[in-house]
Parts: sequence; C-alpha cells; structure tokens
Amino acid sequence: MTPHGRFVLRLADTNLVLAQRLGEWVGHAPALEEDLGLANVSLDLLGQARLLLTHAGSLEGRGRDEDELAYLREESEYLNLTLVEQPNGDFGDTIVRQCLFDAWQFGLYEALVQSKDATLAAVAGKGLGESAYHLRYSSGWLIRLGDGTPESRARVGRSLAELWPYTGELFADDDVDREVAAAGIAPLPSGLEKVWLARMDETLKRATLPRPGPSKFSWYGKQGRHSEHLGYLLAEMQSLYRAHPGATW
Amino acid sequence: MGAKAEAPTAPPPEILARLNGILAQVADPEIPVLSVLDLGVIRHLLLRPDGCLEVGISPTYSGCPANAVIKADVLRALQHAGFAAIAVDVLAPPWSSDWLSPEGRRKLEAYGIAPPAHAVGAPQRLWRADAPASCPRCGSKQTTRQSEFGSTPCKALYRCDACLEPFDYFKCI
Repeated sequence: MTPHGRFVLRLADTNLVLAQRLGEWVGHAPALEEDLGLANVSLDLLGQARLLLTHAGSLEGRGRDEDELAYLREESEYLNLTLVEQPNGDFGDTIVRQCLFDAWQFGLYEALVQSKDATLAAVAGKGLGESAYHLRYSSGWLIRLGDGTPESRARVGRSLAELWPYTGELFADDDVDREVAAAGIAPLPSGLEKVWLARMDETLKRATLPRPGPSKFSWYGKQGRHSEHLGYLLAEMQSLYRAHPGATW
Repeated sequence: MGAKAEAPTAPPPEILARLNGILAQVADPEIPVLSVLDLGVIRHLLLRPDGCLEVGISPTYSGCPANAVIKADVLRALQHAGFAAIAVDVLAPPWSSDWLSPEGRRKLEAYGIAPPAHAVGAPQRLWRADAPASCPRCGSKQTTRQSEFGSTPCKALYRCDACLEPFDYFKCI
C-alpha cells in the first residue's frame, strides 16, 4: 500500500478500534444518558471509519472492501494509534481517553478539510461537527469529574497519568506522515500539538487537574506494533465474520 | 469522447414535479413525521443518458443507521412508481440541520421535537451555543438539558422547567 493508502488506513483503524471500545459500554454505562452518549459517539466514529476503510480499499486497488479490511486483517496489519486500543477501565478512564482523542481529532479534521484528497476532505468536513460535539461531551465530563468529589478527582487524575504517555504518538512524525504532508494530503502530526495542548490545558484548568509531564515512552501502533490489548479486541470483533465469511446484516 | 453529451441532465419540470411528489411520501425512518425532502438529504435528481434516474443523497450523521434505510426506501418508492433509479452518496458539502425545510421545522415542533434553534453556517465553531429556543409543548423558554444524546444521533434530551415535560431537541450540526 502507498503512504497515502497507509495514512488513510491509520485514520480508519483508529476510528474503528475506538468505536469498538466505546461499543463495549452499551448496557454497562453508569447511567442511561451516558450509555446513549458513548454509543452515539461510537456510531459516529464507526460511520467515519466505514467511509475511510472504503477509501483505503479503493486507493489500494486490490478490490478489498470495508468488511475485508475490518475483519480479515491481523493485529500487526492494524495501524491505529495505541491510545484508542487501551481498555475502557472505569468511566473516568474512558472519558480521559476520549477527551485526549477528541481534542486531537477535532484539530486534525480542522486541517484535513483542506486536504488535496477530496474524499478525505469530505469525510473530515462531515466529521468536524460530530467531533466538536464529542469534544464538548468528553471535556464536560472531564471537568465535572476533576472538579468533583475528592474520590472522582483522585481517580480521574490517575486515569490522566496513565493515559497521557500514549499521546506522544499522536504528534510523532514518521515517513508516511512526511510523505502525505509533502503531497498536501494531510498536516504533519507534530504541527497539531500546539493547538491540542492549548485545548487540553483549558479543559484541565477548569477540571483543576495538573497537566502530566512529557513521557519518555514511545508507541508505534500506527506502524502496526501494538500494546497487548488490541489482539483481544480484534478477536472478539472479527470472530463472527471469520466463522461466517461474507456475513452481512 | 463526447463525455459532455453523455452527462446526466436535470429532468423536465413535469417529471421533477412527479418525483418530488413521490419523495414527499418517503418518511424518515426515525422521525416519521418528516419526509426525506423535509430533512434536506436529497441533493440532486438527474436523468442519465441510459434513462436511469440518479438520486444524490447525503448522510445526516456519519454513522446514523437510518442512512441505509433512507436510501433503500427512496429507491423502492421510485422503482414502485416505474423509475429505474440508483442512489449516489453526496458527502460534501456535509448535510447540516440548516437544511431542514421550514415545513419540516413546523412538523417537528407539532410532533413534540424542538427544531434546531440556530443556523450553524460553518460547523467549525467548537463552543457554539446549542439549546432549544422553547419547549415544543408549552412554549416556555426555560429548559434544562437532561442528556446531550438521545434516541437518535440527531437529538438531545431536554426538560421544560415550566410544564416539566421532557422533550427531544433536534441538534444543530
């Protein structure tokens, strides 16, 4: 696959894996409203993932459709960011993961609407309003939990400390990123960090939570090297299709 | 290669009027009081040189399950009326709640769903205000948000502080 195709696949996989994670909350969230909220965010991300997977398949030109790409690739062929495959944990863990992600995705879509890839620009344009809504939801909860009870503040602070190290990968440029940036297809990841940090700082300040320091850890999910959690997620997500190839709803 | 001559063309007025009559009867599967025309998702109607009708349809929310149903219902209604039709997805510019027809807004309110309160214009504004103008039942402007998400991606849940009735709000996007 070309760098262009790989880049689109990274975005598709990141959305798909996070949608699957959020789907795990259905029927388990602490309140009906949050059950609906997390499921709706999941649905938006899944819809965007389907468009992106189809686009990646057509860029590849080997006839793979969205289902083949979603259900028949191995763990090492998945190119999602490591952050989104992290387990749901408690509601606070999920909200922190979501807020870190939403602030990144909103900034990315803001830039991608200018992409020379018309399909990518259209998906970003469509996703921008959805992403804004997700960010309002996740930031709202992060502020409430951080500026909440001593218990909620302590727990969400721990979530933040645990998940922050995965954010380095969001802004780490590699060869694929440099190629698509040079072609005017996407912004360089490193160029999105400043605006992201400003958005996170604003939310963290209102949540009365200190921003964790930079981490020395590096993650390479977008190059196919994952944490131990992705394999289990894929096994569950892919089992039906692999048992019944070609199955559709 | 004469591509210009083979480009799809707008249907003649009498056909267009008939098509609009058919589409006005195709209901949104989740908010059946709205037709697909009220919802603003039909983007173009074009006749291809082979006589096939091309319907451009925009998804509302990227992942809304109603998108597939809307597409199937539109094609079924057109085929039932004798039109050979295909649907194409139109992603850009993205569908916006601004495209609800004035008639659609009236129908929503009469149905008990508060219509979008603001024009969105560009969706890039992150912290824009988004709350219903008034309770669709008693008209009070004092309302409280119960949940940012509702039974479908396009709605949020509110409660009226005056008559205490809960109601759906069609979000601005």
